[in-house]
Amino acid sequence: MINYILIGIILVSFVYSMFTGGADALSGAIMTSGQQAVSLILTIGGAMATWGGIMKLAEASGLTRKLARLLSPLLRLIFKGLKKDSLALDAIAMNITANLFGLGNAATPLGIEAIKRLEEEEGEKDTASRNMALLVVFNTCSIELIPATVASMRAAYQSGSPMEILPCVIIVSVLSLMVSVTAVYLFNGYKGGRGRK
Amino acid sequence: MSGFELVVPSLVVGIVLYAAAKRVDIFKTFVKGARENLIVAWEILPSLTALCLAVGMLRSSGAAELISNLLEPLTRLIGLPAECVPLALMRPVSGSGALSMLEELLSSHGPDSFVGRAASVLMGSTETTFYTVAVYFGATKIKRTRQTLPSALIGDLTAFILSALTVRLILGS
Repeated sequence: MINYILIGIILVSFVYSMFTGGADALSGAIMTSGQQAVSLILTIGGAMATWGGIMKLAEASGLTRKLARLLSPLLRLIFKGLKKDSLALDAIAMNITANLFGLGNAATPLGIEAIKRLEEEEGEKDTASRNMALLVVFNTCSIELIPATVASMRAAYQSGSPMEILPCVIIVSVLSLMVSVTAVYLFNGYKGGRGRK
Repeated sequence: MSGFELVVPSLVVGIVLYAAAKRVDIFKTFVKGARENLIVAWEILPSLTALCLAVGMLRSSGAAELISNLLEPLTRLIGLPAECVPLALMRPVSGSGALSMLEELLSSHGPDSFVGRAASVLMGSTETTFYTVAVYFGATKIKRTRQTLPSALIGDLTAFILSALTVRLILGS
């Protein structure tokens, strides 16, 4: 898909600039785009390094595991029909906590482990269960305590308050997650642990 | 908003002190985490270069503005500034593309403008949805993902609408 997007964007830009006579600007953009990419990665890479270090401390000190344990009973209310000592639920809780702390490196393997355990425990063959859909929407909603990447870009452009977006980001993330979770339940029916009989 | 600026320092101090109390080797662990993320940043760079090329062309040719203007009646309806439309369209598809678009918006409108703030919130509260769905189900034998993608996209649409709304309500512009 990314190939079609790239070709589409480049063609549209080229053709449009032919009509508007903006070939100079277009050529300038092409020549500086690589430099722009490198300077952008320096901005966000620096912030990623700082937060990677801090959040690694949260992971190594057992803070993330502790929070995951606190979250488990809450998650059981959303991820229904799992066994009492479900390993899938453990992995789901760890995945969500890792996302909260912005530990992207840890979150994805944990999430993949969680979906594989769900596949095993729920015995689904080729159709996604409700819990699998829920796990994925928890990951597409970007639940993160500190939006470090965005804040670092705002700081690079001399924002008076790079972190002022924090309350908005958290409210929007939580509400859109609630909408997605509701959608999964509506599409799937509230009853019947796995949604499909 | 100075109260919110306190969140970050408190969190950092809290985590460092907690780790110290748990006898974690703070320097070594920090360096390990920083190194991991620097490698990730390095690995993003090639795809970011490709998307910066495309996004740079889209904006400098004026085509991005054209798309924003064409979709303005729709965005006016949901309260999202028209300038954020290309970002919203790119966000679920490509993380690098969205980063590049956010950068264009921050540099042309300023981070503390309405457009800059709404774009920042939109970026911070959403994910690369298509990629995430593909990665998770790619790890399983599941072929029919049924309600997953529509549910995730409804969440994204909610986030697009709410990012402009919360900026208006909480930040005042």
